[in-house]
Amino acid sequence: MGADTQNLLLHIEGLYKRFDENVVLAGASLDVPRGSLVTVLGRSGAGKSVLLKCLADVIRPDQGSISFDGHPLNMDDAAARAEFRRRCSFLFQSNALFDSLTALENVALPLEQTTDLTDKEIRERSLEALHQLELDVHQDRYPSQLSGGMQKRLALARAIVTRPELVLFDEPTAGLDPLRRNAVFAMIAKYQRQFGFTALVVTHDLTEALIASDRVALLDKGLMCFEGTPAEFSASNHPVVCNFSDSADTLGSTLAAIRRGEALHSEDS
Amino acid sequence: MLRTVGSHTLSIVHEFGDFALFTGHSFRSAIGSRRLWRRIVRAGFEQGVRCLPVILIVGLFTGLVLGLQGYYVLNRFGSESLLGTLVSLSLVRELGPVLAALMLVGQAGSALAAELGIQRNTEQIAALETMGVSSHAYLVTPRLLAALVVYPMQTALFITVGLWGGNLSGSLLLGLEPGVYWSSVERAIESQDVRECFTKAATFGLLTIALCAYHGFNAHRCRSATGARAVSASTTRAVVQSSIIVLAADYIITSFLV
Repeated sequence: MGADTQNLLLHIEGLYKRFDENVVLAGASLDVPRGSLVTVLGRSGAGKSVLLKCLADVIRPDQGSISFDGHPLNMDDAAARAEFRRRCSFLFQSNALFDSLTALENVALPLEQTTDLTDKEIRERSLEALHQLELDVHQDRYPSQLSGGMQKRLALARAIVTRPELVLFDEPTAGLDPLRRNAVFAMIAKYQRQFGFTALVVTHDLTEALIASDRVALLDKGLMCFEGTPAEFSASNHPVVCNFSDSADTLGSTLAAIRRGEALHSEDS
Repeated sequence: MLRTVGSHTLSIVHEFGDFALFTGHSFRSAIGSRRLWRRIVRAGFEQGVRCLPVILIVGLFTGLVLGLQGYYVLNRFGSESLLGTLVSLSLVRELGPVLAALMLVGQAGSALAAELGIQRNTEQIAALETMGVSSHAYLVTPRLLAALVVYPMQTALFITVGLWGGNLSGSLLLGLEPGVYWSSVERAIESQDVRECFTKAATFGLLTIALCAYHGFNAHRCRSATGARAVSASTTRAVVQSSIIVLAADYIITSFLV
């Protein structure tokens, strides 16, 4: 176990999930310290999103255990599941905003449906969340009328309005250009510190993850092959870690080889 | 051959059981659901107000055609005075609940199946679950409960407009005395007919909205297609199966009640 057991908010042990013959998680384990920003790295198809969806109870794992705040999580127990969901939020890769609801209604939805707050209190808290994410002027707009970055912030506003202790981010930077990737990671790090929640992010953007995270883990072939600080990751000699972090160098040498091949080809001709 | 038939039969039985569980779960989810009334009112608006034009137009033309056809048939036997009886009994016992339900399936049911299918595709339903919100209670239950009220109301409206359509054909266009028409309407309809009519309307509402919600909600399970095509396929299945179930349920209810 890489982190202080007392300070762990989430502890995952031996998570296993298969879809027909395809084993996606083959006993993945992970520790998430309270109040930290932990990033799970991995290639596309490594099982990162499945890991997160198992945590969010969108997908049921076949085997393995999850402990939240020191207590084992029994997903068959409806009350325990409801309690976990109350304390945890999930930010989907696609944002999963309700396109027929305005920004304010989107943020208010979890409060309306899961709390006994009055309408006035719900409105105040939703406006406060929108204000904190600099979206209050867009409260009456529909998600389709907002830019990609604003939609991401709106999804985050909806995720934090219930004041969760843990926020799960599924590929928050997928499909974004480098500038926007930086902006999204900066946003996550900023609000994670501002609101004090624990963040678990899955991504394949190495550079941003190493800069913004407190801890990183690397998922490969359904197993967590590295877990530690960004500095430890950079210094690691683990072949999979080296392979992952040297992907840019690998690309460079591959391209160089191709160019050499082209040169040889032109010499031949 | 035998294997194929068996496999299809098992698949139908499985789907029927799954549909029954889905509907039962949706009703059970009403217990403890917060702000359910607001969502019922919104669903009532979608099924009621938005479908009003089609109900009024189809109801009027059904009454007009019934009045026209009925007048010429009855005229052969010198029984034009029974036009009100023919139009009212046709509308109240059969055409009103069936045609109103088919119109509502075409408008509200298809919209519901497509909306839920898109919400499933764009992970909005999964998002609800991760928020700790029951997707059945939030998306399906209010629609089902609203249908139990809206379908009978729309049917009543359909019949009322249809009766006026019959009067328009018979009295204003073909010269039948309006008093004769309306008095035969009054004499023909009994409370049993009205009860049967509303029982049918509520049953059709429950079955069709549940079926449309079921197909939309499970669009991701569509085996023949994925993505937008899955939404399209589930919407088509929802509308086709709902239309069939309206006619089948009509026959069953009629055979029990008559």
